[in-house]
Amino acid sequence: MGKLYEMLKEDYRIKEGLKTCINCGTCTAICPAAEFYRYDPRKIVDTVQRGNDSDIEELLKSDVIWYCGECMSCVTRCPRKNGPGLVIMALRNLSAKLGYFVHSEKGRQLYPLTKIMTGNILNYGYCVHPDTFKWEDHVESGPVWKWHTEHLEDNFARLGANFRGEGPGVLRKIPQESLDELKSIFDVTGGTERMNAVEKFSEEKAREMGMSIEEYFTYTFGHCSEGHLNEE
Amino acid sequence: MIYQGKQKIWSEYQKEIPDDKWFYVRSCIRQNFFPASERMFMEICRDILKKDFYETEHHTTCGGIAYHCDTIPQETAMTIVARQFALMTEAGYENYVASCITSFGNYTEILQTWEEFPELETRIREMLWKACRKEFDKPKYLAHASDLIYKYRNLIAEKAKFRLVNKETGEPLRVVEHIGCHYAKMFPSKGVGGAEYPYVLAGMIEAWGGNVIDYPERRHCCGYGFRQYHVKANRGYSISNTHKKFESMEPYRPDMIITNCPGCPYFLDRWQYVIAEMEGKTYGKDGFGIPVFTYEEVAGLVLGYNPWDLGLQLHQVAVEPLLDKIGISYNPQEKYKGLDSKDIMRPGLPQNLKCF
Repeated sequence: MGKLYEMLKEDYRIKEGLKTCINCGTCTAICPAAEFYRYDPRKIVDTVQRGNDSDIEELLKSDVIWYCGECMSCVTRCPRKNGPGLVIMALRNLSAKLGYFVHSEKGRQLYPLTKIMTGNILNYGYCVHPDTFKWEDHVESGPVWKWHTEHLEDNFARLGANFRGEGPGVLRKIPQESLDELKSIFDVTGGTERMNAVEKFSEEKAREMGMSIEEYFTYTFGHCSEGHLNEE
Repeated sequence: MIYQGKQKIWSEYQKEIPDDKWFYVRSCIRQNFFPASERMFMEICRDILKKDFYETEHHTTCGGIAYHCDTIPQETAMTIVARQFALMTEAGYENYVASCITSFGNYTEILQTWEEFPELETRIREMLWKACRKEFDKPKYLAHASDLIYKYRNLIAEKAKFRLVNKETGEPLRVVEHIGCHYAKMFPSKGVGGAEYPYVLAGMIEAWGGNVIDYPERRHCCGYGFRQYHVKANRGYSISNTHKKFESMEPYRPDMIITNCPGCPYFLDRWQYVIAEMEGKTYGKDGFGIPVFTYEEVAGLVLGYNPWDLGLQLHQVAVEPLLDKIGISYNPQEKYKGLDSKDIMRPGLPQNLKCF
């Protein structure tokens, strides 16, 4: 049992999610990601429980750990009460921490995701906010949403929201002292350290790929190579 | 009474839901995409049923989406939640209700993990104190907002002006219910009816006159998948899962879909639009889609609210054929108006999906 395995075992999601996998494959049979991607949670759990460090390192640097949608359907159906989805979360956490995520295309998507999510949380107090939800990046939201984004204040007022307003209500402006507390939580709990690590590793990778960090953001957010899908 | 079959399973997954005095926290996605649903929830609970539901402007995201996009460590997510519990404690409440399914799953997972690993709870308490100088009690009861509407379903039925019934034939409407994955898939005993046969939405549908449709992919994920939607390159995953569900429910000719998750009604609505535009395929009658609703939208409709006050104009799939079928009147000219009938133009129309 190697160092990476020991680091994984410190994660509470491994303690919760990996007991005694019997490799029955129920998780793979039920998995929405396995139908779409070349993905097999059974194999991943088996690799982790074998505890071989070079195999785990290969996993941490691979695309496969990023295929899961974390719907947790596998947890319901596992006959031994394992949580393959939780094992995946622990693997992703370690991959982010060690900078291994930049070795795979799907892993590199952690950079735009981190920028979008943590930016929204620390600036607005929400994971998703109308000020940063650009219709051009979400054309699937349809012509109705294009219209909505052009008339945000009118539509929110019509529907009784408190958009950017003081006091409670839908999409209120979250008071600055509460945003300051969120920032402090990030600083104390490792959230800020994680953001900085993802940024540092991504900047290095962007340089290696000959891109500015802005180009890297756009590329990792929108590019999909062949070879990920079952039907390719 | 002897319970058999699904009734027996449901009876094993009944959840204690206090009747009153709740601390309410909002959903990031629902505030963006279904703003009137949260307003409707508070209106039903506070104004119609006269219950005590408290909200503070100081609550924030629970961090659940960021956590499931793997962008923040578990300790960060837990401490954000601990701060929310501290706000509840400061306000003098013990019952905690979340508007969001991801949040509900997040809270449930955290409370269970602390139960199993008390040393982690101690560490989070220390971190919260260090970061915010706050302390907290854990909620005595944790509920999802749909649990409350389920609990009040018969009170709502007593006040209903409409039922989920075809006004021409008198037949119950054929309703698909879709439960958000994080409602009970991780902890089946925390959801009304469990994970395999959840009753939280089925109970509402039955109480309001509709018939629940069973179909093969009833429990399949809508396809949100967190990073599988938020990253543009991955959205094929999301639409493929929605497509699978619609292909599976199509032969059962649903009149409507009810959901209890923030993302699901958005994806089930919008991917129908994309499938129609890409493939020319529509799942409703005569080129329309199957309308998808939040449970508060449906509660509002049966209570007789104006559909445009419920925000149904923000759906991409047209709701009018269903309103006509039930006999709910509406003013088409008012659909896309702002406050006090202000003219704010109207959306463009899709090429294939029939809309108004």
